[in-house]
Amino acid sequence: MSLSILAVDDSRTIRDMLKLALTQAGFEPQLAEDGVHGLEVLDGLQPDAIITDINMPRLDGFGFIEAVRGQDAHRATPILVLTTESAPELKARARAAGATGWIVKPFDPAKLVRALHMVAGPGATA
Amino acid sequence: MTSPDPMAEIRASFFIECDELLEALQDGLTQIDEGAADDETVNVCFRAVHSIKGGAGAFGLDDLVRFAHRYETVLDEVRGGRLALDHDAVLLFMRAADILFDIVRNCRDDVETDATAVEPTLRELESLTGGSEGEEEEEVADFQPMTLSLDLGLGAVDTGDTRYEIRFRPERELFASGNEPLFILRALGELGHTETECTLGAIPDLSKLEAEGALLSWKIILETNRARNEIEEVFEFVEGLCTLEIEELSGFSLPPLPDLPEISEVPGDSAESIESEDANSAPPISRLNLTLPGAQETQTPKTAPVSETPAPAHASAKSQTQRSSGSPSAPPATVRVDLERIERLVNLVGELVINQAMLSQSVAQAGIPANSPVAQDLEEFMQLTRDIQDSVMMIRAQPVKSLFQRMARIVRESSASLGKRVRLVTDGETTEVDKTVIERLADPLTHMIRNAVDHGLESAESRIEAGKSEEGCITLSAAHRSGRVVIEVSDDGGGIDREKVRAIAEEKGLVQAGQSLSESDTDALLFLPGFSTAKTVSNLSGRGVGMDVVRKSIQDLGGQVHITSTPGKGTSFSISLPLTLAVLDGMVVEAAGETLVVPLGSIVETLTARHENMRALGADSQVLQVRQSFVPLLDLGVELGFREPRSDYHGSVVLLITLEDGTRSALIVDRIHEQRQVVIKGLQESYGYVPGIAAATILGDGQVALILDPVDLLSSANGKTRYRSADLQIAG
Amino acid sequence: MNEQTALQNEATDRELLSFRVGEQEYSVDIMSVREIRGWTRPTPIPHSADYVRGVINLRGTVLPIVDLARRLDLSVEEACERNVIIVSKIRHQTVGLLVDAVSDILAIPDSEMQPPPEMTEEKDRGFVKALTIVDGRMLRVLDLETVLPEQSVEAV
Repeated sequence: MSLSILAVDDSRTIRDMLKLALTQAGFEPQLAEDGVHGLEVLDGLQPDAIITDINMPRLDGFGFIEAVRGQDAHRATPILVLTTESAPELKARARAAGATGWIVKPFDPAKLVRALHMVAGPGATA
Repeated sequence: MTSPDPMAEIRASFFIECDELLEALQDGLTQIDEGAADDETVNVCFRAVHSIKGGAGAFGLDDLVRFAHRYETVLDEVRGGRLALDHDAVLLFMRAADILFDIVRNCRDDVETDATAVEPTLRELESLTGGSEGEEEEEVADFQPMTLSLDLGLGAVDTGDTRYEIRFRPERELFASGNEPLFILRALGELGHTETECTLGAIPDLSKLEAEGALLSWKIILETNRARNEIEEVFEFVEGLCTLEIEELSGFSLPPLPDLPEISEVPGDSAESIESEDANSAPPISRLNLTLPGAQETQTPKTAPVSETPAPAHASAKSQTQRSSGSPSAPPATVRVDLERIERLVNLVGELVINQAMLSQSVAQAGIPANSPVAQDLEEFMQLTRDIQDSVMMIRAQPVKSLFQRMARIVRESSASLGKRVRLVTDGETTEVDKTVIERLADPLTHMIRNAVDHGLESAESRIEAGKSEEGCITLSAAHRSGRVVIEVSDDGGGIDREKVRAIAEEKGLVQAGQSLSESDTDALLFLPGFSTAKTVSNLSGRGVGMDVVRKSIQDLGGQVHITSTPGKGTSFSISLPLTLAVLDGMVVEAAGETLVVPLGSIVETLTARHENMRALGADSQVLQVRQSFVPLLDLGVELGFREPRSDYHGSVVLLITLEDGTRSALIVDRIHEQRQVVIKGLQESYGYVPGIAAATILGDGQVALILDPVDLLSSANGKTRYRSADLQIAG
Repeated sequence: MNEQTALQNEATDRELLSFRVGEQEYSVDIMSVREIRGWTRPTPIPHSADYVRGVINLRGTVLPIVDLARRLDLSVEEACERNVIIVSKIRHQTVGLLVDAVSDILAIPDSEMQPPPEMTEEKDRGFVKALTIVDGRMLRVLDLETVLPEQSVEAV
């Protein structure tokens, strides 16, 4: 039942918090530090959903999403963007890049979990 | 939401991360100032502040969020190329970074930040862009942690369930975005009782008839006591990717919703439409707790006073796709370890070193020959032990960079308050020193830097008069030199005014009038307690602490300070420190039957006392002639109070000790045993201060040996007792 | 003798480690005792008070040794192999007390503790916190804090 989630954020604090929230909700988190690292981690992985930050070194969230969407295996993998703004433009940009949805930072763990279920279903076997 | 432990841990780690981010910010700003910046530099700065803000938000650190947000907004202007930075602007950014640093500290220590104190800098910063205040505040409000607003829904909620008819027709882009109608319907099912009807084919009154691929649409009757905005939120991610109508059936009927605004940049390339299963086959079984906050302002519900997300004031072009041109290599992997664990490891390795020495001694005492396998294995064991020790010490080593950055701030602040223009040049920032040393160096170094800005550098007028550039320069450098770290603070000021120093010292009774002093002796007067050359005590350096305190702190670290000065050219303080506080290279000697360790760094050479090079000086003392100079002779056993002076020192072993300030002494010991590295064991904690003694160590035989503090021994314990009676004289 | 108090406080026993210093018997609260060690020659500390015999190596830490006989101003022979070091922890400080011999562990009800009489010489009274009688002998309970070497300034 547990969903495997790849979470990409350059902030250690946010990564720690994502890990905590996801683990407590029974997910299996994989973590990466930036877009490039995220792609490395993704290699050989088939996560049920991906969470990514936007502002990151080396490869930012938009570039990361684009690269993920470019891979056949992940064309339809749900991707949630972590953003500090809820500006519609940002959401539009995220979506334009191929994101499925967004989570506004600081995130409420319950909302994060709910959003994940909304895009990835209740579990891998659904 | 969780047990307090993991959050407290993350919080603590957040503040560590803040330090790293602040360092990156500081670095970036310095590079910008030096003109060495590229696009990525600004991005790094922006991200640093952005990440601080992100983490701060998670912990509800409002002061920090507020400041970081406004800082970040101005940085974003720089990033977007809409604001160019000159030197003054960079300085302003640095000042703001300093404030950010303080706010981080305050948050960490649960201290409130005085908003009025930081406001002027923020305003100054914002004035660079002409940004207006109110706008910012609004955006900050937008960023506040989400509060759930279940009770803000429809008035009808309390009276019972409301029936909604929801028409949902995904467009093909919905599938391309990775959304899945099935899951959305399932989430909807969580809100109440649903009856779902799946329709094939298009709904006639839609404007986007040309939409291809997505042929399914659903009509859902939802009976729920939840607020309308919760229903809307289920569709948050697909807003604009579907046509959606939410109609309240009870009471009056609602007109259909206007078409949703179109998202301008839907993905151009067409992913094939994903076939959806019949929605009815998706039983709403998930046990999710649906507590979605906020609502989509674009959905314009007609009746309900749905809590609206405040409209963000402006759309910053916050996020250009940037694939950095930076190096592709990943940052070196690191592990964070509790310092206490390292301390424990260091202690254990110390034990190992002692144990190994004891073992060696036992083997030697057992009469096992050196070429036996046991002895050879032991030799290898010793080598391994030493390697382990070195490696463990490396764990605690840290680059001095963070320390230097703090000093950069000191320069900025002190130069600003004195109205001097000062540039700080740093060198050797990557030099690694034991973390403990770095921490304990901060205070003395701060004082030296302030001193350099305040006293070292001349006023702008004097500088121009002297043909120098108006801007003073302070150089801070670090380097490893023969097993020690040397940190130098130099200024290009007027140099030490030796006449003035001398006059002050005489006036204060520190030297006698007419006493002849070399230049370096005169300079060393600065380190005497109670010395201050400033005519008026400025609020920067002259207060309370003098250079004597600086010297003492450095000596406590096993270091020495040395001063050099050239009139008109500047002054330089050189601090030489051991790489670690845990081990010391020492000479093991014997005095009055006791084994002692003399730090190797202070020993210049070893000599033998002879009648022909000893001279009486006064009643109780002697000097030793070392080439062309006379050096006071001290008997270590006597100085430590272990015995009375001997009648004759002819043939005694003498250690020639030189301190950084040039003071020399000839120290008589009874015997030199060996030269070796010893593990330092604090004596202060277990016993207290002992005059002339720096610490203790444990030798191979398990005995405690005291480690000498030559500086303290020579200055404080100058008992000047030499030999038994003044009448017994050395024979010519 | 102290019947009333004895009745009240019977339950609260105090465990004491008793030992001999010179001809006198002293004791300390067993809770403060960490271990008992045989004699090791301490490394003398320069300019220290005479009752500080020096420091020894206690499994890697440096332990100051207080010669109780000298501290209590009792005349005894010099320390020798027959002496014993009681390692005690007093607040945050660990110190070794050099005594002649350890005698016994005793459980004494609080009620049988008496304050030292007023007339005792000021100096001695400072070190003794209570008195009690065991098998007809007087047992002195040491106030450990007072026997600690004075920190920082080495007076005396």
